[in-house]
Amino acid sequence: MIITEQKPFEEILEMVKPYKKIAIVGCDTCATLCQTGGEEQVNEMAEKLKDRVVTAFVIETPCDERTCRRDLRKHRKEIEEAEAILVMACGVGAQTVGELSGKVVIPALNTKFLGMTERIGRFYERCRACGDCILYETGGICPLTRCAKGLLNGPCGGQVDGKCEVGGYERDCAWVLIWKRLKEQGRLDLFKKFRPPRDRSYKAQPQELLFR
Amino acid sequence: MRPAYSRLVEEIRDGKFVFTGELEPEKVTDLSEVIKSAEAMKPYVVAANVTDGPQAMAYINSLVPAYIVQRETGLETICQMTVRDRNRIALTADILAAAHLGIKNILALSGDHTTLGDNPGAMPVYDLDSTQLVYLLHLLVDEGRDLAGHEIHGKVEINVGIAGNPNADPLEPEILKIERKVGIGVDFIQTQTVFDIEKAKTFLKEIEYLNTPCLIGIFPIKSYGIAEYFNKYIPGVSVPDEFMEALRRCKEEPDKQKRKEKYDEANIEFFAPFIKELRKTTKAAGIHVMAVLYERIFKPLFEAVG
Repeated sequence: MIITEQKPFEEILEMVKPYKKIAIVGCDTCATLCQTGGEEQVNEMAEKLKDRVVTAFVIETPCDERTCRRDLRKHRKEIEEAEAILVMACGVGAQTVGELSGKVVIPALNTKFLGMTERIGRFYERCRACGDCILYETGGICPLTRCAKGLLNGPCGGQVDGKCEVGGYERDCAWVLIWKRLKEQGRLDLFKKFRPPRDRSYKAQPQELLFR
Repeated sequence: MRPAYSRLVEEIRDGKFVFTGELEPEKVTDLSEVIKSAEAMKPYVVAANVTDGPQAMAYINSLVPAYIVQRETGLETICQMTVRDRNRIALTADILAAAHLGIKNILALSGDHTTLGDNPGAMPVYDLDSTQLVYLLHLLVDEGRDLAGHEIHGKVEINVGIAGNPNADPLEPEILKIERKVGIGVDFIQTQTVFDIEKAKTFLKEIEYLNTPCLIGIFPIKSYGIAEYFNKYIPGVSVPDEFMEALRRCKEEPDKQKRKEKYDEANIEFFAPFIKELRKTTKAAGIHVMAVLYERIFKPLFEAVG
């Protein structure tokens, strides 16, 4: 899931200030699960911005052009009337709404990471979308994401009692976790394996995946 | 085996018990202090490390001071190189420049994370990790090509060092990581600071099968304040109680000169037997003395260890 958090209201207000008529658009997928841009949060925002709001609704998946276009059409009149759209979705959703509507886009959320949800309000980054998954080799623990240095051949000298130097020795050292897991699984040979430098050209440009 | 390009590796291979020192150029443009420190330790060490943004501080780079120290003092340097701030292009560039400047040792490090430093908003690079830097060095030194396979014109005659941490707990992943690096091409290991001789001995025993010379890192303590700082801010390593107590007694001496002498005595009392024992009972190749701005300790320490 894409984890988002709401921007401070003052920051939103500052961006909204020049516009007398705004539409608020939420997301019925990730932002709803994060409780940052679901129906409830959209209504709360509409309440706070009161007079400026011409419409407030939730799009099924704002990051999907098809449903985004469909749901924007349902509110065509209000969207046309609005000078700007406050989007309560991730950066992908906000851009899609902006491109399809041609309106000024105001992001209400900050997009944080691809995360695992323990429960609402407790989210953990687990994937960097690196495009070349090695979880099989690393005991199902992603070192690119969970090691602060993204080392492919850890641990570094910054682990103390299995904790990471980054963040005050509170988070687990990913490479100690990997070592433990592989040891339990009797696969320490994979731990010892040297992983050569990655081809990072793939991530050095905007990604497109075109099947047809 | 890679040839001994450096005096350090040559002396280790000759079976000498060697000492290395440490130079830490900071946020400066004038290198006279570093040169002074190098001059002061030169009679006692075969080479000195030059740090590369330790604790992720934005300091002067390591390469230029490493070169200047060699040129001005004749003391061989071990240029520390972290993968924190440079991608593979910049690392290759700096290694080639180091070869041109006559640097004979590079210590390949990850580097403390950017968020721990004095510019915590910096982007951490880590395009390569320290093992991959050892691999890059292997390609440049032993095969004359870069990571993409392109030929290097001219020779890169550099010996490669890595860091080890005897305080690591658990120790096994640390040892296995060193094994990985040794498999690629490592000429020497220098460890982080150790105060607990048993930890040093265990570490040396654990890496014995790797047949790679190892220098144990020690940190002579110039003042009680530094010892306190160590215990408070450097996790995983602590100054032993009795040494702490000895340093505390030194602090109480009102006369400045006498206080200095007492601190030196306390350090000698702690480290001389430590070094002697390692020399006598282990396969340690030597000692890496991290006595930054405390070079006066070298002379009495050497006299005490014979």
